[in-house]
Amino acid sequence: MLSKRKISDRISNGWMIAALVCILLLPVIIGVALYFKSAPLLSEHTLGELITSSNWHPNKGNFGFWPFITSSMYVTLLSFVFAAPVCLLAGIYLTQFASKKLIDIMHPVIDILAGLPSVIYGVWGVLIVVPFTANVLAPLFNTESSGYSILSGGIVLAIMCIPYMLNMLIEIFNTVPRGLQEASLSLGASYWESVKHVVIRGSYPGIISSFGLGLAKAFGETLAVMMVVGNMVQATANPFKAGYPLPALIANNYGEMLSIPMYDSALMFAALLLLVIILLINLVFRYFIHKTQQR
Amino acid sequence: MELVQAKVMTPSPLKATRHEKASVPSAISIKNLDVHAPGHHILKNINLEIPKNKVTVLLGPSGCGKTTLLKSLNRLTDLYKELNVTGTINIDGDDILNTRQNVADLRQKMGLLSQRPYPLPMSIYKNVAYGLRLKGIKDKKLIAHNIEKNLREVGLWDEVKDRLNTPANNLSIGQQQRLCLARGLAVKPLIILADEPTSALDPMSSSTIEKLFREIKSHYTIVLVTHILRQAKRLADNVVFMYYGEIIEQGAPDDIFKNPKTEKLRQYMLEGN
Repeated sequence: MLSKRKISDRISNGWMIAALVCILLLPVIIGVALYFKSAPLLSEHTLGELITSSNWHPNKGNFGFWPFITSSMYVTLLSFVFAAPVCLLAGIYLTQFASKKLIDIMHPVIDILAGLPSVIYGVWGVLIVVPFTANVLAPLFNTESSGYSILSGGIVLAIMCIPYMLNMLIEIFNTVPRGLQEASLSLGASYWESVKHVVIRGSYPGIISSFGLGLAKAFGETLAVMMVVGNMVQATANPFKAGYPLPALIANNYGEMLSIPMYDSALMFAALLLLVIILLINLVFRYFIHKTQQR
Repeated sequence: MELVQAKVMTPSPLKATRHEKASVPSAISIKNLDVHAPGHHILKNINLEIPKNKVTVLLGPSGCGKTTLLKSLNRLTDLYKELNVTGTINIDGDDILNTRQNVADLRQKMGLLSQRPYPLPMSIYKNVAYGLRLKGIKDKKLIAHNIEKNLREVGLWDEVKDRLNTPANNLSIGQQQRLCLARGLAVKPLIILADEPTSALDPMSSSTIEKLFREIKSHYTIVLVTHILRQAKRLADNVVFMYYGEIIEQGAPDDIFKNPKTEKLRQYMLEGN
């Protein structure tokens, strides 16, 4: 007969395994559900056609997702380019050089920024970033812009991602043992050389991981970007022009345009695309982490 | 109270010195060294002569300031902004606490071996080359020669010569500690500071490190912090016993271990044995 302790062991093990299975199954269930909902669209158009075509006229049955995919990638890439160096340098400064007083001030500030609802960033973007893009940045590059643009989306998204990525980087840099830095310094390295060769190098997998998570979060961010990006269906390389990222397409239209045939399926396909791209981003970053761990 | 008793029995740390080898020149001369942390006097008026090319063992219970003393010698105490270090530490005639000193150059004179090995997050080859490159050596042949020489010196060459480009973290902990020693020796230090270097190692790796110390001690001044009395007896040429931030006794190992003058040291040895 099993003792009480063994039974309770087995029950707690069972609960933990069940919880793990739920987590593992969740993305699969979401993916399968989205695929089945997208199936009507996929049965009428080829995958290549849907992804590469820029022809978006739902009334005529044309569903080309290229402008949405490029807008999403462009906004995300810009936000990453703006946010990543800021987070990296701020993280290094806060963990390696800053006084305890500054750290005590900065931690709650970062936490507050991370907890702000995205609509606040969106409103701030409309009030500050959009006019700044229209009146300062566009003239600086000899171009015209309403301010509602991919660039504004990138800036707002970068500001939103900074506290999220910075918090992760601070945690990562804090895990580098002090003894490692002392070892480097005792070999005659300057403080900055130690940071460069030991702290940053030793944190490569963590840095890549936090960048990957930040990028995936940025790719799926909806509300704030939707408020400043202009929401115009066009594939453009000009960051001062408006764009229309995938999450904005879904959020703007779901429940509104469902009288149009196939529209429902097209929006589900947009969601499926979003899921697949985020999955790909994660896989690419996993690969980089694996590569750096082998060095 | 016990400390007061000990101090009464030993009028002053310097007078308690029983190190007879006055002819041996000092590699390090410490005078009136005090280290303060907020609300804590870590090192109290330390006066110590560390003989050249000998092994000086710092003994004492945990928290008595041995590691702080060691870190003061290569100014790693600078990393701890809360510490206030005063006094003089003379190495090669220079007061290293003088802020005009080039700290990086100073630290290259002293190899550091920590309680647990800290291989840098790079390959075995790059770990040993790290200090050489910091010294400005760019000649690849010279670097490769030095790497082989130092890895041979610590008995690691044969074990790693076929995998020099693999991460140093993949080595066993004993191999990592020997790699750290090779890395430190590669920059040609005058002094080796070893902070309980065998405390995380298995007996075989510990004995390898001890053997290495015995082999190299005629070329280097070694300052060794240890809790292992038998190790201290095996390695020491000079023993310094610390208690609550003060030097209570110091002298030749035979004198210290056979005829401890203070109750504290007697008690420490009794418990240590």
